[in-house]
Amino acid sequence: MLDLTYDPPKPKVIAGAKHDWELVIGMEVHAQVRSRAKLFSGASTQFGAEPNSNVSFVDAAMPGMLPVINEFCVEQAVRTGLGLKAQINLWSAFDRKNYFYPDLPQGYQISQLYHPIVGEGEILVDMAPGVARKVRIERIHIEQDAGKSIHDMDPNMSFVDLNRTGVALMEIVSRPDIRGPEEAAAYVTKLRQILRYLGTCDGNMQNGSLRADVNVSVCRPGAYERYMETQDFSHLGTRCEIKNMNSMRFIQQAIDYEAKRQIAIVEAGGEVVQETRLYDPDKGETRSMRSKEEAHDYRYFPDPDLLPLEIEQAWVDAIKAALPELPDEKKARFVKDFGLSEYDASVLTAEAEAAGYFEKVAAGNDGKLAANWVINELFGRLKKDECDITDCPIPADRLGQIVKLITKGDISGKIAKDVFDIAYTSGREPEEIVETEGMKQVTDTGAIEAAVDEVIAANPAQVEKARQNPKLAGWFVGQVMKATGGKANPKAVNEIVSAKLGL
Amino acid sequence: MTDLNAFTLADARDRLRAGDITSVELTEACLNALEGAGALNAFVHKTPEKALSQAKAADARIAEGDAPAMCGLPVGIKDLFCTMGVPSQAGSAILNGFRPEYESTVTQKLFDAGAVMLGKLNMDEFAMGSSNETSVYGKVVNPWRRADDTAELTPGGSSGGSAAAVAADLCLAATGTDTGGSIRQPAAFTGTVGIKPTYGRCSRWGIVAFASSLDQAGPMTKTVRDAAIMLEVMCGYDPKDSTSADIPVPDFEAMLTGDIRGKTIGIPREYRMEGMPEEIETLWSEGRRMLEEAGAKIVDISLPHTKYALPAYYVIAPAEASSNLARYDGVRYGHRATLAQGDGITEMYEKTRAEGFGPEVQRRVMVGTYVLSAGFYDAYYNRARKVRTLIKRDFDDVFAQGVDAILTPATPSAAFGLGEMNDADPVKMYLNDVFTVTVNLAGLPGITVPAGQDSQGLPLGLQLIGRPWEEGDLLNCAHALEAAAGFVAKPEKWW
Repeated sequence: MLDLTYDPPKPKVIAGAKHDWELVIGMEVHAQVRSRAKLFSGASTQFGAEPNSNVSFVDAAMPGMLPVINEFCVEQAVRTGLGLKAQINLWSAFDRKNYFYPDLPQGYQISQLYHPIVGEGEILVDMAPGVARKVRIERIHIEQDAGKSIHDMDPNMSFVDLNRTGVALMEIVSRPDIRGPEEAAAYVTKLRQILRYLGTCDGNMQNGSLRADVNVSVCRPGAYERYMETQDFSHLGTRCEIKNMNSMRFIQQAIDYEAKRQIAIVEAGGEVVQETRLYDPDKGETRSMRSKEEAHDYRYFPDPDLLPLEIEQAWVDAIKAALPELPDEKKARFVKDFGLSEYDASVLTAEAEAAGYFEKVAAGNDGKLAANWVINELFGRLKKDECDITDCPIPADRLGQIVKLITKGDISGKIAKDVFDIAYTSGREPEEIVETEGMKQVTDTGAIEAAVDEVIAANPAQVEKARQNPKLAGWFVGQVMKATGGKANPKAVNEIVSAKLGL
Repeated sequence: MTDLNAFTLADARDRLRAGDITSVELTEACLNALEGAGALNAFVHKTPEKALSQAKAADARIAEGDAPAMCGLPVGIKDLFCTMGVPSQAGSAILNGFRPEYESTVTQKLFDAGAVMLGKLNMDEFAMGSSNETSVYGKVVNPWRRADDTAELTPGGSSGGSAAAVAADLCLAATGTDTGGSIRQPAAFTGTVGIKPTYGRCSRWGIVAFASSLDQAGPMTKTVRDAAIMLEVMCGYDPKDSTSADIPVPDFEAMLTGDIRGKTIGIPREYRMEGMPEEIETLWSEGRRMLEEAGAKIVDISLPHTKYALPAYYVIAPAEASSNLARYDGVRYGHRATLAQGDGITEMYEKTRAEGFGPEVQRRVMVGTYVLSAGFYDAYYNRARKVRTLIKRDFDDVFAQGVDAILTPATPSAAFGLGEMNDADPVKMYLNDVFTVTVNLAGLPGITVPAGQDSQGLPLGLQLIGRPWEEGDLLNCAHALEAAAGFVAKPEKWW
C-alpha cells in the first residue's frame, strides 16, 4: 500500500577528543490509554479532577478488593499493536511488580512482564522527504499507572493523590534502532501521531499522558552495524536509562548531554556505569538516580487475582477491520491522489483532524491549490491565533468554496485572502461575501477595455516608454487594477493592456 | 426442648418456618450463649443490635411466607470477611480501627438469604496459623478438653474462632476460610463439619487476602446437611472476582440422599505418614469400612507427588502473602507507627509493619519476599508452581480412573495443647496442614467430618476430597460417612 520509498538517515556522529562516536538509542514510551475508566476498576480517568476524587476501593487497595480487567483498555492496546503492524498475542498474562511507595497503594503494580499482549512491530520515523528510519518495536504491554506524591506543599508532610492510580498505561518498547537525538524526538512524534490517529492515547505530554524513558549508549562507527548483523549487544556500549521525560526538547537535550558525558568517560579511559539517570532541564544535565546495584528487586510473579488474558482472533480481526487510515498510508495517498509534495502531504497528515479538513477543502478542487490554502492561509492563521484545527472558526466546506471561487475565476488570489479573512472572522458564507461586498472579479472585457483606454489616454508619456520597454506594461496593469478596485481579472487586464499598447 | 442455640441450621429453619420459634428468640439464645462464653475468646466483636434487627426483619419475612434459605438463622463471621461498618481486622493489629465501607460478597449473600450476624470470630492473624495463637485478640480456646484434664486445647486454625463457636453452640454455623486447611483442620479439632469448596466457587471479593490462588471461603457447621444449606448460599459467580467461576450452583441439600452405592472411593497410600498416631490410622480404616458398608467401592490409589505438597505450599502461600500484605503500609488505613523527628517514608513503613504484624506474619512475609527475589525465583517459586501442576495432575489422573472421592485423615493428631508448640520449629506447626494443603494446591473441594474420638475423648475427623465442581456429590459422600460414624458427642460445658 505504501508507495513512498525511503532511505535511512545517516546516524548522528559526535566528534570526541580522540575519535568519532555514534549513538544507539532505545525507548520505552508510557502512553496513557484513552478510556473512560481505569484498567482494573470502574473509577474515572478524568484529568485534573479534585485530588483523590477518582478513587475506587480497588484503587485505594482496601482489604479484600480485587482487580477486574477493563475490556476497552485491552481493545485499545490491541488497536495500538495493529497500528504498529505488530504481532497480537492472543494469550497474555499479568504479573505483579512489587515495590513500596505511597502513591502505589497495593504495594505492587500490575503489569505484563513475562507475556505481553503485543509482540514485535515497527514504526517508520520520518526525518525528511524521502528519508525515514525504520524502528523495530519489541513489545507493548499494559499496566497500571501510579498516583502522584506531592512533597512540596508542606515542610513536614507529603501528600498523595490517587486519581491517576490504576489508570491504564501502554508501555511501548523499541529496539535500539534510533541513532540520534533528532531521531529520538522524531520517533516520539511519529508514535504520538499514530496513537492520536488510532485514538488510543491523547498524546498530551504536558499532562503526562505520554512519557519516555530513553536508553542511550555510544559506540564507535561500524559497531552498530556489527550489532545489527548479529543482534549481539556486546558490540554496543554500556547504556544508561534516562527516566520519565515529557518534552521533545528535553529528550533531545538529555540525549545530547548524556552522549557527550559517556564519550568523555570512555575517552578518559573510564567505563560507563549502567544506571538510571534523571534529566534536570534547569541545569541541562543528567544525574544518577540509582545504579544497577541499587536497582529495585521487583520480585515479579504472576498476579494470582487475574486469570490469563485470552482474546479471540475474530475480535482482533474486527478491530483491525475498523482501524482508521494511518499516517503513512494517508500521506502516500495524498501524494498520489492530490499530486502533493511529500513535504506538504506530511504537514497535512500530521494530525488526522487536519488531514480530514484538507480532504473536505480539496473535494472538487485542485489538490495543490487546496493544500496551499490550508497550509499557508489556514494553518498560518490558526497558529497566529493559537487555535486548534478542531476549533477552527471556518468550516472546511467554506474554505473549499473560496478555493472554488478562485478556480472559477470569480475572485483573484489576492481578493480571496480578503474573503478568507472576512469568512474566518465573521463566519459568513464566502459566496455571500463576494456578492455583498462587490468583490467579484470583473471579467467583462468591455469594462476592462474602457478602463485600459482611460489609463492610456491619461498617460501618453508612459505609453511611449512602454512601447520602448514592454516590461513597463506591468505599470498599466497595476493602474487598471487600482482603478477597478482590484476586481478586474488580472489575466484579462494583461491581455488587453498588451493588445492596446501594441506589444 | 434443647437450648435454641444448640439447633442445627436445618432444624432451626424448619421450626422457624413452622412457627414454633422466632428468629428473635433464636438470636437472643445465641447472644446469651456467647455472652457467657468469654473464656473461649471465640467472638472478637459482637453485633447484637445488628443481629436483633436482622432477626426481626427475618421474622417479618417468615410471617409473610417469604423465607429465603437461611432466613433468621444466626451465624458468626470470621474476622477475615469485610463487613460494612463492623470492625474487620483479620486478627491483626495492623488493621486497628478499620471498619470497611463495603460488604464482602459472601456475607452479602448470607444476608440476602436472611442470615443473622452475631459478630466477628477470632482467627489466626491474616489466617496464618494452625492453632489460633497468632491473633491480636489472643488465643481461642477449644471447648473440648481431654478427659479428666483442664488443660486448654487449641481449636485449630486459622478459623479457630469459627470452629470453637459452632462446637460450643454459640452460633448455629459460621463462615470460615481455607488457604491450606484453615476450615478443615479446626473443624476436625472441634467435632464440627467444614467444607472448602472448589477454588472459584465462592467469591473472594471483600475477604482479606492471604494467598489469592489458594484462598476459599466455606461454611463451618454442626452437620453435613447444614454445610450443604450454607454452602449453597455462599457460592456463586461474582463478576467482581476474576477468578470466580460462572458455573451454576445446584441444590446441594437435595443431593443428600445418603446413597453412595456404586461410588468409588480412593485411599491414597502416600497419606500414610511415618509416625502417624495409631488412633488416626484406625480412624482412617474405620472410615474406609464405613463407606464400603454403605455400598461404595474402595480402591487404593497413588498420589505420587504428595510429599512435595507441603514445601510447595509453604513457598507459594508466603510468596503471594508477601505481595498481598504490602498494602498494609500505614498510609491509608489501619495502624500507623508514631514517627520520630526526622523519620521518613522508609521509617514509617518499617515501624508500622514491625508494630502491626505479629511474628508469624512477619516470618511468612520474609519467606515470601525471599522466594520471589531475583536469583531465587526459579529455585523456589517457579519450582513450587511446577510441583503444584504435578499435584493437580495426580488428582486428575485418579479422577480420570473413575475415583469419585478420596478419603484421608483430616489431621495428623487430635487437638493439641495451647502453647505446646511455642518453642517448636515452625515447620512442626506447618505439618498440621499435611493432609489438607494438597486440596488447596489442586483447587479441589474438601470436607472434614467428625468420625470418632481419641482415647481421651477428643474428636477426630476424616477428610473427603471431591472432583472439581462436584461439591454436591462430595457432600453426599460426607453425609453417608457422617451417618455411619454417628458422631454425636458434644463438649461438656466448662466455660
